[in-house]
Amino acid sequence: MLRSFRIGGIHPPENKLSAKKKIRISDIPQQAIIPLSQHIGAPAVAVVKKGDTVKVGSLLAEAGGFVSAKIYSSVSGKINKIDNAIDASGYKRPAIYIDVEGDEWEESIDRTETIIRECNLSSKEIISKIADAGIVGLGGATFPTHVKLTPPPGSKAEIVIINAVECEPYLTADHSLMLEKGEEILIGVSLLMRAVNVNKAVIGIENNKADAIAHLQQLATNYPNIEIMPLKVKYPQGGEKQLIDAVIRKQVKSGGLPISTGAIVQNVGTAFAVYEAVQKNKPLFERIVTVTGKAVKNPSNFLVRIGTPISQLIEIAGGTPENTGKIIGGGPMMGKALVSADVPVCKGTSGILLLTKEESVRKPMHDCIRCAKCVNVCPMGLNPAFLMKYTVYQKWDLAEKEHIHDCIECGSCSYTCPANRPLLDYIRSGKGKVMNIIRNRKS
Amino acid sequence: MENSLYVSPSPHIHGGDSISKNMYGVLIALIPAFLVSLYFFGLGALIVTASSVFFCVLFEYLIQKFLMKKKPTIYDGSAILTGVLLAFNLPSNLPIWIIMIGALAAIGIGKMSFGGLGNNIFNPAITGRIFLLISFPAQMTTWPIVDAANQFPMTYTDAETGATVLSLMNEHALDKLPSYTEMFTGCMGGSLGEVSVLALLIGFAFMLWKKIITWHIPVSIIATVFVFTGIMHLVNPEQYASPLIHILTGGLMLGAIFMATDYVTSPMTKKGMLIYGVGIGLLTTVIRLFGSYPEGMSFAIFLMNALTPLINSYVKPKHFGGK
Repeated sequence: MLRSFRIGGIHPPENKLSAKKKIRISDIPQQAIIPLSQHIGAPAVAVVKKGDTVKVGSLLAEAGGFVSAKIYSSVSGKINKIDNAIDASGYKRPAIYIDVEGDEWEESIDRTETIIRECNLSSKEIISKIADAGIVGLGGATFPTHVKLTPPPGSKAEIVIINAVECEPYLTADHSLMLEKGEEILIGVSLLMRAVNVNKAVIGIENNKADAIAHLQQLATNYPNIEIMPLKVKYPQGGEKQLIDAVIRKQVKSGGLPISTGAIVQNVGTAFAVYEAVQKNKPLFERIVTVTGKAVKNPSNFLVRIGTPISQLIEIAGGTPENTGKIIGGGPMMGKALVSADVPVCKGTSGILLLTKEESVRKPMHDCIRCAKCVNVCPMGLNPAFLMKYTVYQKWDLAEKEHIHDCIECGSCSYTCPANRPLLDYIRSGKGKVMNIIRNRKS
Repeated sequence: MENSLYVSPSPHIHGGDSISKNMYGVLIALIPAFLVSLYFFGLGALIVTASSVFFCVLFEYLIQKFLMKKKPTIYDGSAILTGVLLAFNLPSNLPIWIIMIGALAAIGIGKMSFGGLGNNIFNPAITGRIFLLISFPAQMTTWPIVDAANQFPMTYTDAETGATVLSLMNEHALDKLPSYTEMFTGCMGGSLGEVSVLALLIGFAFMLWKKIITWHIPVSIIATVFVFTGIMHLVNPEQYASPLIHILTGGLMLGAIFMATDYVTSPMTKKGMLIYGVGIGLLTTVIRLFGSYPEGMSFAIFLMNALTPLINSYVKPKHFGGK
């Protein structure tokens, strides 16, 4: 019996159209737009100005606070301007525009294919290299990795869990990375284990990626402390709390941090970025992006420089289909609908999904029939139907009592609802309200 | 193209489930029971079911269109389902005008007066049946006699009538009961959809397979009735029939599988469903053994429907990371 998390969950059609496609290197854009807010936390602060010349891997912006991350140039060329640009959030936020000239890299970066296995750095040195490289959680949450590797006083890491679940339908970026960069990933995992002083790591992979499981299992024979754990396919297994529950059978307490279970969860793409940063001196300025959709001619996985407009990726994947109705940054369950195709690829862009017009339109909603299907699928054990009702009637005390703030916004409730009720839309808004109330009460 | 992009919050896909899929799913699950009723009750079963469905859909349409001034939702299948379930709870020789009144009570009072599907407190079909049972006690408790030799009988209101197993039991005439096989297949008197346990169980299996309902409510009802009547049977086998007879007869299976599991009027959590099921089982047994009515299923469901909102507000799902 394969493991999985124990409460709720759904199994949407996987639609992994770009699975088993080799990673293609996308062209360098003519102009890169590099937003200063590509992570959770304070925006980075630019250290370059208009007219400066930069190389691939030059520092563009320093971390703007404790929870923040550095940003590096993904191209070589001249800074055109620092101005607002619409990013994946749909808002205009400051970004650095770079006019690309050639492709000149910083000398310090090791561009060879040689795999470097040895590492004699201490835990502190590894974490500072990770912070220096501007690495953030690449699964989509974009929480600065060095912060996560520094557990608050009183908590102790016991195990590193690598999230290679990729439970979102359509996305195959992590899958393709595991197939092509397996050894590097395992080295990255070893570095993460060293960084937090633990000697056990588990890579959780859903069973629909049998080739990746077999490949990593074979490589892992040389890494006795790393276990490859196949998991039953179930969404949202990539949720941090769900993955911890699936792998070590411990539930993070309501309001608690994941580290309270002794687990540190990192995305598999992050592990690869850690390898490149620590062993190859390469800061984070490119990532794997899946470009996909049922109407897309050639769904693919690309190695993309951050700052590349997504329109360019869609173009190489066969162009925008005639009946495109929605462009999503990320997967169909938790991704964000983009306002235009000019948005640049950021650190957190795991995929670009094009939905047809028919797929984009929501069906009209009906009254709740209390079928309780949302209750059955909620991975947090909440009652989404009631939480929506409390939000509609602004009963914040009841919403809080029923743990609306524990919602992880996975969308399983809305996905399942036979009455087409937009449960998550309401719960998200109610959650924001209740969290505000809780914060104000504390201060 | 650029200006015509849809922008909406996640999730961006839907599983494709719908209210009508669930309603028609239940209707499919009722087909075996309907076929059995045709086999034993013939023409009467057809007329009663057809007229019940017709009037339920008609009243729903008229009330939505002219009283509520809303777009009628008769295609979602819920009015058809109410019609079928109401018919299954009626004797197959009931005159059409009584069925019409039952349909009006079910749809008008049971469903639409609360605001339509999703807002009703009581199961509409049960509301209709109880309304008829209280208003027309004589017609509602004389059932056509089933004759295994006479299949697909062409009788309707002219059918010969007799007592059901439960009324025999209520009169403590335990020696006149049919065999277990007859009870299991449905060769006995009763409301037209309730007689065949076999057919109802096939429907139950179908709904479990299609994930329309879970096992909690039906199993807890049946188990409770079995245990409670079993204890009474052990105490006094002369007066109280065996528990097997109790779960094979009357509206127990129909009620447990198809009526008590109505989404709108049953609790939302697994634990709540078990409490609700045990409550129905206890009430049914009490009414059957100690009440003046031979049958207690509809009253039991009706009473527990009233407690459902309370159960929903006190029994919460198992919360991740909670105690």
